Amino acid sequence: MRNGTVIEVTGLRTQFGPQVIHEDLDFSVARGEVMGVVGGSGTGKSVLLRSVIGLIRPAAGRIVVLGHDMTALPADAVRALQRRWGVLFQDGALFSSLTVAQNIEAPMKEHTRMSRRLRRDMIDVKISLAGLPPEAANKYPSELSGGMRKRAGLARALALDPEILFLDEPTAGLDPIGAAKFDQLVRSLQRALGLSVLVVTHDLDSLHAVCDRVSVLIDKRVKVGTIESLMREPDPWIQEYFRGPRGRAAQAAAGHGAGTGNG
Amino acid sequence: MAAPAPRLDARLDGACLVVALGGRWTTQAIAGEDAALAALEPAGAMQARIELGEIDELDTTGAWLVYRTARELRRRGLEVDLSGGDQEQRDLIDTVAAHDVPCPGPPPPVNPLVTLLLRLGKATVEVLAEARDLVNFLGHTTVVLLRSLARPRSIRLTSLVSHMEQAGLNALPIVGLMSFLIGMVLAYQGADQLARFGAQIFTVNLVGYGVLREMGILLTAILVAGRSGSAFTAQIGTMKVNEEIDALRTIGLDPMEVLVIPRVLALMLTLPLLTFYADMLGLLGGAVIALVELDISFLQFARQLSSGVTLWSFWIGIIKAPVFAFIIAMVGCFEGLMVSRSAESVGRRTTAAVVEAIFLVIVLDALASILFSNLGI
Ligand SMILES: Nc1ncnc2c1ncn2[C@@H]1O[C@H](COP(=O)(O)OP(=O)(O)OP(=O)(O)O)[C@@H](O)[C@H]1O
Ligand SMILES: [Mg+2]
Repeated sequence: MRNGTVIEVTGLRTQFGPQVIHEDLDFSVARGEVMGVVGGSGTGKSVLLRSVIGLIRPAAGRIVVLGHDMTALPADAVRALQRRWGVLFQDGALFSSLTVAQNIEAPMKEHTRMSRRLRRDMIDVKISLAGLPPEAANKYPSELSGGMRKRAGLARALALDPEILFLDEPTAGLDPIGAAKFDQLVRSLQRALGLSVLVVTHDLDSLHAVCDRVSVLIDKRVKVGTIESLMREPDPWIQEYFRGPRGRAAQAAAGHGAGTGNG
Repeated sequence: MAAPAPRLDARLDGACLVVALGGRWTTQAIAGEDAALAALEPAGAMQARIELGEIDELDTTGAWLVYRTARELRRRGLEVDLSGGDQEQRDLIDTVAAHDVPCPGPPPPVNPLVTLLLRLGKATVEVLAEARDLVNFLGHTTVVLLRSLARPRSIRLTSLVSHMEQAGLNALPIVGLMSFLIGMVLAYQGADQLARFGAQIFTVNLVGYGVLREMGILLTAILVAGRSGSAFTAQIGTMKVNEEIDALRTIGLDPMEVLVIPRVLALMLTLPLLTFYADMLGLLGGAVIALVELDISFLQFARQLSSGVTLWSFWIGIIKAPVFAFIIAMVGCFEGLMVSRSAESVGRRTTAAVVEAIFLVIVLDALASILFSNLGI
């Protein structure tokens, strides 16, 4: 069960009116793998993520998630699938009329048979896992800072212990220490649960820290590979991205950590 | 995917409580096991051993239950150790243990009577504070409006015209239809009652007074409050949520001048025109019914109207229009600016804007009635 692919996209084409975002795009995520998605602003990273989780219908192509073809699946089957993944949207997308604790409880109430007390315990654990202070539990989203909203969104995404975690720019808006902690958290959860993660990010440090492979969105398609193999790509955007000043700094930082981290 | 459900087996082995877990300990699978584990009785045991060897699948919920069971048994003075399980599972249990940080529970529910009193008190204070802020805003708007009128160049023409179009031109169909129907209703009622005295012709007076003095302006104002006042709140409120208002301030623009004044002015200019239009259609509705039901021709209707209804009645309706417009627009903008950072408050404030505007309009109308009747016009 540990092997195989959890997400398989073939020949994907998405468009809004005349604007084509993806054209003949192929890409896949293996079970237990952390796949990073990078690309310039507006190249369609968020749209790709939304297509995979079934929020946007592609114009053409197949999207197979956990063995089910999303493009052919009836709505209730999609709902059943949804409990097997967690999503952190780019700006949190918390339910504004619920407190943080209630936000995390919502999917648990809907999809599990856990007792009320166990739910409360698990809410506390998820809040702490996401790095939120305990006082945040009873606050409403409007009373939180941007970074805290993101953590609350992560806690909700983790509520059902999903098989796949979708993260849209999770570390944007977190302080560097929090971002590094978040990277560690994703790594440790991923190892313990064989979690597969699809993470859209601009954060080069977290790219080095958590991603096994990286997909680069260029010209409506993706180039997939490890960071090392991508660095050998001749494409000027990729070169600029990984070999620019920030890319080199992140690589150096990851290089130091590699000796201890990759045991 | 049909892995076995969680299995739980507790037995006493001498002085050692053995808790053997097996199967699938995951968020989806766990149901009653939580209570069973919480109810574990050490029954004189000195040690406990939790066996993880048979567990097929473990996620944070399962790990939490293992950890919590161990924690509770330790609290009762037992020596607890975990046996079996692979490294990943033990790491997960350690991870969960490191995150055992209880959050404060939700605030406890209080006595309903106390809650009621509290809410009443809070609402009273809020209403008073809001009334004060509204009066404050009224003054502010008046000052900025007068200043803008003194310097007409500072008025944003594009915005003004666009709001006039939305609040006025686009409201023509609904305002017209409504007034026409109201004129008809008044005429019907009048015809029924007055015919008993043989005074059918006074139906014209009833329609004339009713439409010109009260119905035309009042119903138009209520409709505009519902249509445009709420739109003002929603527009400005959404901008507030998106921090656009702050952005305006930082680039040196005054939200009063850019957002509030064009709306207030647009409504003050359009409501009198809309009222005139509503008056005409209301009279037309009355005239149609008079013709059909009472055989009063349009010419007769007009003659009776000019002799029976003073021109003042018409002017009283029109004079009230800009005042009502000012109130509606001001309340709409005020509520929009009071929106807090959540999208939910946009909805709440929009409702509040409509209710307040209609309430104030009716109060003002009542005051105006008293004033005019004392003045004898
Ligand atoms: N609902 C929509 N309707 C029309 N166009 C859309 C819609 N959503 C996205 N787009 C367009 O699709 C393109 C890709 O958007 P997307 O949000 O995926 O960008 P992104 O790669 O996530 O960028 P960023 O890094 O800034 O988040 C953009 O050009 C955007 O204008
Ligand atoms: Mg995006």
